[in-house]
Amino acid sequence: MDHAATTPVDTAVVAAMLPFFSNEYGNPSSIHHWGQRADHAVTSAREDLANILNCDLDEIIFTSCGSESDNLALRGIALAARERAHGNHIIVSSIEHPAILGTAQHLLKYHGFDVTILPVDQHGFTSAEDLRNAIQSDTFLVSIMYANNEIGVIQPIIELAEIAHEYDVLFHTDAVQAAGQLPLNVHELGVDLMSLSAHKFYGPKGVGLLYARRDTLTHSHQTGGSQENGLRAGTLNVPLIVGMATALKIVTASRSQDNSKMRILRNKLIKSILDTIPESHLTGHSTCRLPNNASFVFKGIDGNELIIHLDLSNIAASSGSACKTGNPEPSNVLRALAIPPQLSNGSLRLSIGRHTNDSDIEYVQQVLPTVISNMRDNLQ
Amino acid sequence: MTQGRIAVAMSGGVDSSVAAALLSSQGHDVFGLMLRLWSEPGQDSNGQNRCCSPESVTRARQVAAILDIPFYVIDARDEFHKNVVEFFIDKYSSGVTPNPCLECNRNIRWGHLMSKALSMGATQLATGHYARIKKNKGKWQLLRGCDSNKDQSYALSMLGQSELERTLFPVGQHTKTEIRSLANDFGLPVAQRQDSQDLCFLADKDYRRFMQEYAPQSLEPGPIMNSCGETLGQHKGLPLYTIGQRKGIGVSASEPLYVLSKNKADNTLIVEKRSRLGKKHLKATKVNWISGDTTQNKIRAGVQIRYTANAVSAWITPINNSKVEVEFDHQINDITPGQAAVFYQDSVCLGGGLIE
Repeated sequence: MDHAATTPVDTAVVAAMLPFFSNEYGNPSSIHHWGQRADHAVTSAREDLANILNCDLDEIIFTSCGSESDNLALRGIALAARERAHGNHIIVSSIEHPAILGTAQHLLKYHGFDVTILPVDQHGFTSAEDLRNAIQSDTFLVSIMYANNEIGVIQPIIELAEIAHEYDVLFHTDAVQAAGQLPLNVHELGVDLMSLSAHKFYGPKGVGLLYARRDTLTHSHQTGGSQENGLRAGTLNVPLIVGMATALKIVTASRSQDNSKMRILRNKLIKSILDTIPESHLTGHSTCRLPNNASFVFKGIDGNELIIHLDLSNIAASSGSACKTGNPEPSNVLRALAIPPQLSNGSLRLSIGRHTNDSDIEYVQQVLPTVISNMRDNLQ
Repeated sequence: MTQGRIAVAMSGGVDSSVAAALLSSQGHDVFGLMLRLWSEPGQDSNGQNRCCSPESVTRARQVAAILDIPFYVIDARDEFHKNVVEFFIDKYSSGVTPNPCLECNRNIRWGHLMSKALSMGATQLATGHYARIKKNKGKWQLLRGCDSNKDQSYALSMLGQSELERTLFPVGQHTKTEIRSLANDFGLPVAQRQDSQDLCFLADKDYRRFMQEYAPQSLEPGPIMNSCGETLGQHKGLPLYTIGQRKGIGVSASEPLYVLSKNKADNTLIVEKRSRLGKKHLKATKVNWISGDTTQNKIRAGVQIRYTANAVSAWITPINNSKVEVEFDHQINDITPGQAAVFYQDSVCLGGGLIE
């Protein structure tokens, strides 16, 4: 019930990666034929990914994860703006992943950039009007996530990207949470930069990519070798790159089928939870959300403890108000939605996957109401 | 949830790790809990309580993973601050020397943590304390740990029947040496770790600096006198001195002088020569009898006045249900108001109270 955190690596993906650990272990930068074979594998992976994203090969930059992709996008574009003195202002939303918010804050604090954090409405949407009003003459980048990791809300990025472009401002989207379930055609989306991470779509951990439309990204934030056209130094991780491409091909091929199946199960889960648990509320939007995401707040519940209770009942889940250090603060997302603390402290995210079935949902339907009611009894 | 699940309070240290390993190897359904406690935001410690630093959490997590048991961190910073840190400041401010470990055991471990453990479906809470629990004639008894150097029953003397019934001390029947060797046998990476710290919430080990920073209003200078009433100098505030203290008093005399008592009413620090420190009597309040039965009669017991002191033979005379008078067989030094006086008959801990 925690597929938004990460997913199991597909067996076909494991099989595709295996040859590149010990047999085909060449460095794609080497001149010799062992290196050439590795380079071929990377290029084939790049082709597969470019087909799905509908972009050119050199518009894909391999990274180690979604967070690195986000960092590269913001820092790389910011460096270029600084060098060409054509901008000093970045706009992000208040429900971005920490990889975006933290990087924006870093650019503000240590590099003197100006940052606007756009509010969201009660469903988590960024409004076109807010974006339009926030754009300044020195704005050079807008970064709004495709779909939110906690509450699953899907942002109107096509519309938001159009607005950015009206003002000649680049548009980046963090599509890490969306990638397994939403269309990724960068031309249809109209985005200039987009971050992905393989482990969210049944690929391996430790590999991601940044799509950067040609001539947008000219500066790297990691210096060294000239890999990825000098935009990301470091030996390419051949097996993981192969794994990422294989995984994205698989999920893209079965996406509509998987989504309908997950949507039915997810809706059943939401309905039953809202019906059977008093003082429970859905967070995010009722329909405009990732098909596998169900997120709630429960009045008077400590989210951290809820996760522990569920774990003791063999249910893996997440809470925007929990982390493993025991800190019960609500997340930036829940705070941005202006949910009162007696609710936002008791958040729960259930996220299903391609292999989730009816009996998994029924088990949660059976356990969760009891756990919540026991926890509430215990408070009295 | 399964019946008979046991929650183990884990600290990442060797004792609680072995406690978890022993229970787990006996086939019990075990899970680990660790408290996140308040800590003074500090330079060295980086705002981390030394009993639950990130390193200890990592260590405890590793141990839980090796034992293949679930492990969770429970936030108790507010509760700890309210019940232990504020208590510590209040007591020092009022002129006595508090024992925060007892207060933590009372309110945090056997209060907050126990209730969380029970709500998670545990029927018992186990800790790595060196003490034992035995059932005798229908009553739960608290016994000293078998390792006399490590015995921690003093800090557990505030437990009652309902707590003991739900508590396990798996390491109590072992010596520290045995526990270290068991840790090795279980393959736990904790055998060489140091013991948990008293005053775990201080950024350094200097409680005087802490009081200066957190309760400066409690530090009112006043006279230093001997028991004849002669003024010998000025003290910097009573909370900064401990009964029996010699160094740093700031008066010079032909013979070394020690703190005999602190008189809050007229803000006076009384100092004396070593030979005049001894006392034969003390009164203890808020007395807890572990058996749950209050004693009407005078009883013979060994009385321990500090965590590290030896028990001294004495007569205990009840004054009322929660107050007793202790008369030692001979004079003893360093009877410190605010510390616990804990009563023993052989290795059985009868309970204890706070020295008035």
